[in-house]
Amino acid sequence: MSLDHLDRPADAPATAPPAAAAAAPAPRRRPPLGLLLAWAVVAVIVLWALVPGVFTAHNPLVGIPAEKLQAPSLAHWLGTDALGRDLLSRIIHGSVHSLSGAFLAVSVGLVGGCAIGVIAGSAGGLVDDILMRVVDVLLAIPGLLLSLSIIILLGFGTTNAAIAVGIGSVAAFARLSRSEVVRVRRTDYIEAAFGSGGRYATVLLRHVLPNSLNAVIGYAALQFGVAIIAISTLGFLGYGAPPPTPEWGLLISEGRNYVATSWWLTTFPGLIVVAVVLAANRISSSLGRKTS
Amino acid sequence: MSIPAILSVRELSVSYRTRRGDAPAVSTVSFDVAAGEVLAVVGESGSGKTTIAQAVIGLLAENGRIDSGEILVNGTDVAGWSSRQFESVRGKRIGLIPQDPNNSLNPVKTIGANLAEVLRIHRFGTPPVIRARVLELLDRVGIPEPERRARQYPHELSGGMKQRVLIANAIALEPELIIADEATSALDVTVQKHILDLLDDLRREFGTAILFVTHDLAVAADRASRILVLKNGRVQEQGPTTAVLADPATEYTRKLLSDAPSMVARDRAARAVPAGLLHAATDADRILRVDGLVQEFGRGTPFRAVDQVSFDVVRGTTHAIVGESGSGKTTVARAVAGFRTPTGGTIRVNGANVALHKREGLRQFRRQVQLVYQNPFSSLDPRQSVGEIVSEPLRNFGIGDKTSRAATVAEFIDRVALPASALTRLPRELSGGQRQRVAIARALVLHPEIVVLDEAVSALDVTVQAQILALLERLQAELGLTYLFISHDLAVVRHIADTISVMQNGRVVENGDAGTVFDAPAEDYTRELLDAIPGQRLVNSELERTP
Repeated sequence: MSLDHLDRPADAPATAPPAAAAAAPAPRRRPPLGLLLAWAVVAVIVLWALVPGVFTAHNPLVGIPAEKLQAPSLAHWLGTDALGRDLLSRIIHGSVHSLSGAFLAVSVGLVGGCAIGVIAGSAGGLVDDILMRVVDVLLAIPGLLLSLSIIILLGFGTTNAAIAVGIGSVAAFARLSRSEVVRVRRTDYIEAAFGSGGRYATVLLRHVLPNSLNAVIGYAALQFGVAIIAISTLGFLGYGAPPPTPEWGLLISEGRNYVATSWWLTTFPGLIVVAVVLAANRISSSLGRKTS
Repeated sequence: MSIPAILSVRELSVSYRTRRGDAPAVSTVSFDVAAGEVLAVVGESGSGKTTIAQAVIGLLAENGRIDSGEILVNGTDVAGWSSRQFESVRGKRIGLIPQDPNNSLNPVKTIGANLAEVLRIHRFGTPPVIRARVLELLDRVGIPEPERRARQYPHELSGGMKQRVLIANAIALEPELIIADEATSALDVTVQKHILDLLDDLRREFGTAILFVTHDLAVAADRASRILVLKNGRVQEQGPTTAVLADPATEYTRKLLSDAPSMVARDRAARAVPAGLLHAATDADRILRVDGLVQEFGRGTPFRAVDQVSFDVVRGTTHAIVGESGSGKTTVARAVAGFRTPTGGTIRVNGANVALHKREGLRQFRRQVQLVYQNPFSSLDPRQSVGEIVSEPLRNFGIGDKTSRAATVAEFIDRVALPASALTRLPRELSGGQRQRVAIARALVLHPEIVVLDEAVSALDVTVQAQILALLERLQAELGLTYLFISHDLAVVRHIADTISVMQNGRVVENGDAGTVFDAPAEDYTRELLDAIPGQRLVNSELERTP
């Protein structure tokens, strides 16, 4: 027995007169707790990035040498580092670097990847073949290695690290957007759009793009989490922001020397990165579900 | 009933848990099926007929729940049984023939292995015994060369063959009850006839009870001993087939009967077809002339999907192309609509060769010829509102300004009998019939001369189908349209066509006036197609009812 056949009765309420269904929108179901939590995490991090001063009074760059390497306490919730700087303050002030970096990386990947994917998917033929072989080559190189090579060309720094991570994700975005465009291009409604006299560009902009971008947006949310990890990794390896910038990857890297004595220096920035990445994944999967 | 019932359903209610709360699908339905009897459960999509079949065999969707009632299989109530308990019943006592033969067999196993599975699960015997039984079953369901077929994979068999394999699967353990859930709906009429004949034979031979779920009243009328009419999960009426046909108790059944294409076809006389329409037509009247059309696919040794097809269509009439799947009829339609450049031959619309239109010329050609697709669920952009969909052709050709376009769109929405409130809806908020009306409005808004209807009513329930056909006829009269009507359904074609081409394997077998083709077919294949149309009993009973 076919699966879609089994699924069909799930649509049973569709038998209700569509007029009624449209007139009275269904009562909104409460989103699942996990998703709420994910959005809450993202909201807090964004607020940290926008108004860090509201959340902490400590200076993230200048420490009090007398209070160095203190364990978490009421005065310093997450403890202090080797220079006596408050760790929580550094994490809060660091969020702007990680977030803007991830945002830039995803934007680069999204715009570059979609441009390649949409051109390949809609042009087809030789153009498609050439672009996709280039993408194959990019995909064959491990993402981090590619980012490292690019950052060595561009020079060190947060912005360059973000751009490098973004370029590293172009290939995946290109693949996904191409497959979506190809799927949409084969549907009856695209042919019908040409049939009703649509010009190529009109049909592409009015029908193909809006209908193929859903999955890409979901992937962008996922890529946001990946970009935070990648940028932190580059920061950890010393290719990102120079000290004393409180970038998350750099925080973990700096805490590494004290991992035996001051566990909080690596653990808390690490947990924050994990929380943000998990939240991005959860949000991404909810976006993906909505589209399917 | 004197014969003890094999399946007895008592006051069954089933509902689905959805986001919008519980949706009842079946309400207090009761019926019996006795040995050797065929009970047809007839209803439109969403009537709950499939839900009943699934409840009986314990295969309800995950969110489905039996709220109350009993399902007695040979006296044992199986309602509320777990999936594990059902294992002893499925296959052994109840066989299921699924709807779509094309994805109901495991594609990576051979036909023989597919069939052996049910036997192995129920410990039929040792491997050699099972192998012998598989071949015996394949032979029984009329599959030639069972030894060779058993070694083949599902994709090597035609749809009809696969459905035979699934029937063999259902009867493998000689169950007392077979559930056929729309088992022939996906098949061509001639294949459908063979499969239904086979089911009839098996029923007589083994005395199997058959629960026949279908939307097609004509098939039910021909094959069932009793009919149960279902609407919105409730039994409208049930009784012996002859009684239900001769004297339907409810308005709904009467409507179903009168909307059945084979029924509607009988009233065909109302549409006067001038005899010798084609002969009387001058060249100027022949708006569409297809001459020696050839369409090949693939490189190397190409597959010839359409071979030397020729026909003319007179302005303001309907020309139907009928044929079974793979006959090339849709390929012809797409070539006429300018979506495919023919390999050979010419298509002339108003004397101009369609193949010579390029780019802007082709775009302008769209104003003359429009295509309506089979599936209204895929031919409308899901993100556009109805108003946007219908106004798009006008925007593409820069016709009128915003206000005048809105007025034109409103006019055409009204012409296809949709309420003005539909303009702001998205396609997913509309039913299949309503969507097809939107697609028709989109096709007509440019005032085309020819509308190509590619199986445009095939995906719709009979009642909706009858409405759309009536709409098409009205619009043709109002706007002087010429239709090229592609269909596999001869009953529908008879209702709407003035002239007909019958296609088989890419060639036109017979060409002529509708009356001639239907009443005095010249070719064997046409006769075979006509004989396979279900619903002969329906027409006969209607004749008796209205002398």
